[in-house]
Amino acid sequence: MSYENPPTIPRKSATFDDYTLSEIRRAATTGIYDIRGGGSKRRLPHFDDLLFLGASISRYPLEGYRERCGTEVVLGARFAKKPLELKIPITVAGMSFGSLSANAKEALGRGASAAGTSTTTGDGGMSTEERGQSQTLVYQYLPSRYGMNPEDLLKADAIEIVVGQGAKPGGGGMLLGQKITDRVANMRTLPKGIDQRSACRHPDWTGPDDMEIKILELREITDWQKPIFVKVGGARPYYDVALAVKAGADVVVVDGMQGGTAATQDVFIENVGMPTLACIRPAVQALQDLGMHRKVQLIVSGGVRNGADVAKALALGADAVSIGTAALVALGDNDPAYEAEYNALGTTAGAYDDWHEGKDPAGITTQDPELMARLDPVLAGRRLANYLKVMTLEAQTIARACGKNHLHNLEPEDLCALTIEAAAMARVPLAGTSWIPGQAGF
Amino acid sequence: MPVIDLAQTGLRELNAALHSQGSGTNETLWEVLNPRGSHAVAVGVNAPIAVEIKGSVGYYCAGMNREASVTVYGSAGPGVAENMMSGEVRVKGDASQYAGATGKGGLLIIEGNASSRCGISMKGIDIVVRGSIGHMSAFMAQAGHLVVCGDAGDALGDSIYEAKLFVRGAVKSLGADCIEKEMRGEHLHALQALLNRAGIVDVKASDFKRYGSARKLYNFSVDHADAYG
Repeated sequence: MSYENPPTIPRKSATFDDYTLSEIRRAATTGIYDIRGGGSKRRLPHFDDLLFLGASISRYPLEGYRERCGTEVVLGARFAKKPLELKIPITVAGMSFGSLSANAKEALGRGASAAGTSTTTGDGGMSTEERGQSQTLVYQYLPSRYGMNPEDLLKADAIEIVVGQGAKPGGGGMLLGQKITDRVANMRTLPKGIDQRSACRHPDWTGPDDMEIKILELREITDWQKPIFVKVGGARPYYDVALAVKAGADVVVVDGMQGGTAATQDVFIENVGMPTLACIRPAVQALQDLGMHRKVQLIVSGGVRNGADVAKALALGADAVSIGTAALVALGDNDPAYEAEYNALGTTAGAYDDWHEGKDPAGITTQDPELMARLDPVLAGRRLANYLKVMTLEAQTIARACGKNHLHNLEPEDLCALTIEAAAMARVPLAGTSWIPGQAGF
Repeated sequence: MPVIDLAQTGLRELNAALHSQGSGTNETLWEVLNPRGSHAVAVGVNAPIAVEIKGSVGYYCAGMNREASVTVYGSAGPGVAENMMSGEVRVKGDASQYAGATGKGGLLIIEGNASSRCGISMKGIDIVVRGSIGHMSAFMAQAGHLVVCGDAGDALGDSIYEAKLFVRGAVKSLGADCIEKEMRGEHLHALQALLNRAGIVDVKASDFKRYGSARKLYNFSVDHADAYG
């Protein structure tokens, strides 16, 4: 062994890692920011950083599969004459026809209906496929008002005023020209093939006082029949929830930064907003401070993947959760069966996020007729229904183990945190301690 | 003729009564007294009836109107005739912000002036303003016609799509991707027809200039990046 001039192994920068270098090269070559779909991909404090304590001597468990554990939820009973009555507290989030294929929207409707829950429209209006197959359909009222019309408004079971979404709080939407087909263009009153831009704020109101009047208008138009949701991106959940309640919302939806989008700038997705975990307790606190917890329902979305996530969100005070990305995966998004085609697009199954390009091998985020035909809406709907049922069973299993005969009886005291960050955000003790960072006494 | 006095009757009763009118109703003329700036007056009407509102209204009067003819004998607050689908809405006085926002059809006539963002995101509605309009009007306007007999404020037609804008007076500034365009015969014909429908007989179509989209922002190009900033 020689000790003269011993070489070091090549060392790459942690700051300028391979992905960062590739992004600099891409930007320098194209002159445009990176656009992609989905939510934040960075490691964030999340539901995985929480654990349930389960029952022991001090808590009495329920018998699995024998003793009832309720899952039903009523959304919108504050003012609406016809609140939504769902069998499970897991709804399907708003995703537009245009960003998704007609078959995908139909499949979402089929799956949600079979599981006894709701699905939601998106930017671009209500498609016949989703209304036809959705037993309970929430109609999004977005800044762009693409496809918005009173006829569809009256067909809906609830209205969701979208102020923002977790992937891009404060940002508007986009749908690139590849997906603006004749049908999509017609529904949105746009020329075919252009890059559609969506406004980031509503065209006819500004601020919470105006929103209260807008809600009044929508209630008057719908004769006070339909629940009105207000959806906000996870940015300032305490104040946003309080203001939504003050404005008259029946339901508030808080979407954390893991929540997906059809397409927006990567820099926006990764650098604006707060993790879902950090949003829940401030939102619940706002409801509690106003005496409206369980009167105005809270739906939490952004990175919900399984029944444990559902149970944790509900234990922290949510009334229901909403899923988007996970629902698409259940339909078949990013399926390794299409690996060769993902490779041809320069990516791999599990990482494909160029949904805006309309080349989705799974036939979900596309308007290409040949690709769309790959998705069987009946089969895909069944897969989603299966997945929703599994999530529900998982959440029930955990709730019973905590001695709860309804998912809504889960509470923060059933949880502990694995990290200081998660303990602070979820306001539950660090595992093995009684320490809740930020709370009095520490 | 049904007369509803909002000093005596609630807004809910008014709108419920209007919503109960079908296409074959015999109650074709309604009078609304004492609106006193109420919001959401005569919203969501879906019948070929006439509604005469004797006074000024607040936000969103005649919002999402279908088929009805609504006349405001006063001024209108923000968002008058927002998302109108068809029919006619006439404001005898002035209109506040967002007049005709996102409207998809029908005719909105403002006999006075309109404030900022008139015709924002319009999607097929026709708007005729006898006076002037404020800044950022016709922002992201997609389809329909905006006729302004007076002047237009800053940033007219910013990020406009395929709506057609006609202004008789001065335009303080044009927004991104909005340019003056040639006024051809078909445009003069359409403009004159709108003036006629609005009952405006003392101005000539030939006095107007036409504005519309340069279509340079329809597909992103780094060479136009400054226009986004």
